[in-house]
Amino acid sequence: MKPVAFDYYRPQAVPEVTALLSQKGDEAAILAGGMTLGPMLNLRVVRPRAVIDISRIEALKTISVTSKVVVTGAGVIQNHALSSDVIAMEIPLLAMALPWVGHFQTRNRGTLGGSVAHADPSAEIPLALVVCGGSVVLQSRRGQRRVPAREFFIGALVTQRQPDELITALEWPCSAPDAGHAFLEIAQRHGDFAIAAAACSLRVGKVDRIEELSLGIGGVEDRPVSIDVRRFLGHPAGEIAVELSEHAAISVTPMEDHSATADYRTALTKVLVERAVSSALEMARRRRDHL
Amino acid sequence: MLEPIETISKRWVGSAVARKEDQALLTGQARFIDDLSPVPGIRFAAILRSPHPHARIGRIDLARALEVPGVRAIITGRDLLGMIGPLSSIVKAPLAYYPIAIDKARYVGEPVAVVVADTRYIAEDACDLIHVDYELLPAVTDPGSATMRDAPVIHENVGSNVISRRSFRYGNPDAAFAAADRAFEFSYSFPRYASTPMETFGVIAHFERAPDRYTVWSNFQGPFVVQPLIAGALRVPGHRLRLITPPSSGGSFGIKQAVLSYILLLAAVSRKTGVPVKWTEDRAEHLTAASASSDRLGTVAAAFARDGELTGLRFKNTASTGAYIRPPEPASLYRMHAASNGCYRVKNISIDNELVVTNCTPVGLNRGYGGPQFYFALERIMEIAARGLGMDPAELRRRNFVPVHAFPYQAPAGAVFDAGNYEAALSELLRIADYDELKRRREESRRGGRLFGIGMAAGVEPSGSNMAYVSLAQTAEDRRRADPKSGANASAVLAVDPSGQVTLRLCSCPNGQGHATVAAQIVADALGLHPDEIDVATEIDTATSAWSIASGNYSNRFAAIVVDAVAKCAEQVAQKIKLLAADALDASAEEIELREGYARVRGQSNKGLPFRKAAARAHWNPAGLPGSTSPGIHETSVVSPSILASPDDDDRIASAVTFGFVIDLAAVEIDRRTGAIRIDKYASVHDVGTQLNPKIVEGQVYGGFAHGLGAALFEELAYDDQGNFLSGTFADYLCPTAVEVPHIEIGHIETPSPANALGAKGMGDGSSMLTPAAITNAVADALGRDDIALPLNLGRVWAFANAHESTTGRRRSVSATRPARSTVSDALTGKGEVTLSAQVEEVWRRLLDPSELAAIIPGCRGLTQDGPDRYSAQVVIGVAGIRGTYHARVEIRDKAEGRSLRLIGSAVGPLGFGSGSGFVDLQPETDGRTRLAYRYEAQVGGKLAAVGQRMLGGVMRYLIAQFFHSLERRISPADHPSWRNWWLRLRRYERRGGEA
Repeated sequence: MKPVAFDYYRPQAVPEVTALLSQKGDEAAILAGGMTLGPMLNLRVVRPRAVIDISRIEALKTISVTSKVVVTGAGVIQNHALSSDVIAMEIPLLAMALPWVGHFQTRNRGTLGGSVAHADPSAEIPLALVVCGGSVVLQSRRGQRRVPAREFFIGALVTQRQPDELITALEWPCSAPDAGHAFLEIAQRHGDFAIAAAACSLRVGKVDRIEELSLGIGGVEDRPVSIDVRRFLGHPAGEIAVELSEHAAISVTPMEDHSATADYRTALTKVLVERAVSSALEMARRRRDHL
Repeated sequence: MLEPIETISKRWVGSAVARKEDQALLTGQARFIDDLSPVPGIRFAAILRSPHPHARIGRIDLARALEVPGVRAIITGRDLLGMIGPLSSIVKAPLAYYPIAIDKARYVGEPVAVVVADTRYIAEDACDLIHVDYELLPAVTDPGSATMRDAPVIHENVGSNVISRRSFRYGNPDAAFAAADRAFEFSYSFPRYASTPMETFGVIAHFERAPDRYTVWSNFQGPFVVQPLIAGALRVPGHRLRLITPPSSGGSFGIKQAVLSYILLLAAVSRKTGVPVKWTEDRAEHLTAASASSDRLGTVAAAFARDGELTGLRFKNTASTGAYIRPPEPASLYRMHAASNGCYRVKNISIDNELVVTNCTPVGLNRGYGGPQFYFALERIMEIAARGLGMDPAELRRRNFVPVHAFPYQAPAGAVFDAGNYEAALSELLRIADYDELKRRREESRRGGRLFGIGMAAGVEPSGSNMAYVSLAQTAEDRRRADPKSGANASAVLAVDPSGQVTLRLCSCPNGQGHATVAAQIVADALGLHPDEIDVATEIDTATSAWSIASGNYSNRFAAIVVDAVAKCAEQVAQKIKLLAADALDASAEEIELREGYARVRGQSNKGLPFRKAAARAHWNPAGLPGSTSPGIHETSVVSPSILASPDDDDRIASAVTFGFVIDLAAVEIDRRTGAIRIDKYASVHDVGTQLNPKIVEGQVYGGFAHGLGAALFEELAYDDQGNFLSGTFADYLCPTAVEVPHIEIGHIETPSPANALGAKGMGDGSSMLTPAAITNAVADALGRDDIALPLNLGRVWAFANAHESTTGRRRSVSATRPARSTVSDALTGKGEVTLSAQVEEVWRRLLDPSELAAIIPGCRGLTQDGPDRYSAQVVIGVAGIRGTYHARVEIRDKAEGRSLRLIGSAVGPLGFGSGSGFVDLQPETDGRTRLAYRYEAQVGGKLAAVGQRMLGGVMRYLIAQFFHSLERRISPADHPSWRNWWLRLRRYERRGGEA
């Protein structure tokens, strides 16, 4: 369990990284927190020629906020995000998702950008980003581009990132003050890869109808999926949790592996959506009535 | 740090003394095997292991690996043939166990070659470059299938996978069943798991000449009965194999016993290469190939009288030993044998044992050792019977317990239960668990439609094994022909040096249990000193330690036997000190008492001599010693409980010296919609005899429970139906963490054992033997069905909770042998569809044209035609940096011209291997285009299967889709959709369930 020999780079700034990436392309692996890359290197599952350590680039560690969007640097440590007032206030869904990410110890090194770049189908941060309607900011020598999270994740471990690109930041639209959110998952043990996860954000109007709704499922397909819920807008909130749970269960095409059958994942989708929507609804009503 | 003198007059044994070992452990000062560098010039080994469960080994090409700078040598199995012999076994079936594969690999992870290099990094680089030709053979991994007539034969010399069969009858079981009012039967399968100590195996082997001798440093824990076996396999006299254990151990739970194979392997490699060689096992190696508990298939039947008296038991066991039989196996099948009545007074017992080999890692010691399997049978059938008889399970057990007045109790199969009060323990359990309240809450939950269940399990805990019990695997006739075996020698050496300082040396090989602490308590009491004043050395060096064949750390033997040796040699030293002090104080030895660091004349507090001054006289003034007192203070005690005799001709044996008692109760609530089990309450009552150190007892109780909980809920060393190993990392093999282990209510009953000077019984296995049964009983009670198998993970419990078929009620016979996992296909399957802008004939032509195929297969580097419709190619396959060059073979079969074909393929590369088949169907469309539909099935083995199981399906689908996208791009270069759109289209197709 020792990695293959590789060249190690520790650039101080993003242009150095993109310069290296333009030379090395897919021969390079980017090291942020190392919580996934470390084991993969040791198991020799990945054998990069070069490892580019971005953990010392301060510019990637900032959390900034405008009136509409929170920008988290790709290198923001998960536990820092978890203790950030800005994130608690403006992106409650991310704040709810983070305690599910690995363990306290791994969150001390794992980063927001690293989780998005790795694109594990069960990962919580990508699911939160999809449900928030956020974007991934990619930088290369060719320029900068933004990819909506809903398009960014292609399959298990596969994303829109090109080999010469670095994820520099994630953009999270600020939550409305009267929105309700919930993040739930089922894993064998706390901190394990989710067998299924559900995230929900919604707003209800004065007459208790759904005004905004976003619902996503993780761990069930090979990437986090956003459920098409347009036809539920304007619906009365009363029965919405059960309706959405049935809708979500027929919308997903679940994977099957040795930890769970497709039927089990479908059943979990149903119960998690029902519970997440109920919980988000309760929060939304509370916040609406409080405003 | 010495406590103030006035507080140390108490008796140390029985008090919660803080552990001596912890300061070094907690401050990083403890030295483990990997910290040692005992000789100069050590080189580092890495082991190339078989990725296949069953394969004949052909040519091994070392050329490229040997070119790596820093590689010193590479040793294969054939290189060692002649230098070492197989490890011998008590089972006489003709299967040879070598620590490295010679002609065939028989389990995933079996060593195939050892690379010796300047660093471990280099050694692993070289492993990657070794090419082995494997001829793959069909594999069998579960013990039931291994006994089938058409099963692949793992050892041709044996001719079958069954390597031993023995039947035992105690009392008259047939008559008991014939006369029974009610009888119940339960069939089950019990998975393999392992207790995963934090520290993995480590070996430093050094061969020297003149005379030829081996010195091996290793975290070996015993039993040292295998030292002569290793020496025998190395073909040297016993004293030419010197084993040394490091000062500290990072845990074992029995597993470290299996390091013996690597001691043998690395010793031989050191001899062959002429350098000292160090090998430290990594976690992937440990999970894959170290050892495991024995997986078992069993049937148990119980006969009852109408009033609930248990009158007969029948056990049928088919136990797996893994691919070989590694000593001291088959001990795991026989550990509980002499106590097959459990804690009950049933007299009539039949046992039919079958030992089978499978294409799995050899089994060995693991916490509970045979107990979890045995109690899963016995305590599940007791619960099933209680329901069938309409009795409370607690009451049914109480009615059948060995009664308190019957101790010492001779069990039908020979065990002698030294002391106990099982009824009192049960009463204590029901009290601390608040049983009546739990039953009330169960009723309330059920009325509310919730799933709430209560389960119990009770059993005796054998400790201090008779070395002879494993010979039950032989017939009495075979035993008569062999040299007699019996007993359980334990030794202790206590020395007081010229400055009066006390050092105890043990051969108990602790792996974290706190032997040094408890031994110091015992010595401190005998010598009137503080435990901090007693140094305890627990390193073993077979050249200098007072070891014997039973030495080591296993079967809870420390508190059952070793403490007796400690107490005896402490008493010998105390007697000597008293003689010396009596001489100095002008009193008789009988008048001297040792207290508070002094030897004093009893009743005359002013007349005393400091302990160290009394001791010093034996060293400094031998000429002035009284009477026949020998100079120096260096006392050795070797004990073996006399009760541990050889088995008799009726296969009865006193298998252990003390029998503790454990009774557990679990209450669970299950979320029907997710399968999640919440442990509402867990209570556990233990009778460990005298508690030598309650703090250590508590730690052991919790630890045993945690291991039992892991086995019940999470842990399985899993193989797929092809024999590929699936649990190669801690992300795949799930152990409970602090979050998953609930608080437990612990109670104690103390019935002191007459078997040793301190009244202690062995302990440590504890609930690891009973928790799997107790939790399963609770889950069965909650679900109202008994056909449930371990581990009770989420998906499985959900399936049990939501399946309509139920087997509860009054049915006599229940089977839980089919794990719910069998409903999940082990193969990766998928399908897709694409419409191509070309006529069917054109598509057909391209699919069969090798140059076209080379262009279509993504990452294809050089495709050659090996025959009609047979190709081989080098292909770069991968996603997201997980990439490698694979050697692929493809064959086209079942061609229906212009309509359909089947592709059969395989690939081998650095991350593993795979094989599969795909069916391609072509349909003409009206617009001149062609609709191509495909479906596939694939199996993946090797490293990726062991560490990346969760991702394989998704990645496979992605790669296969790329192939067909590439075909489309080739056919219509101008207007093919982008890969992304194509992929999204495929997803929509899948979402509609394949109906385009």
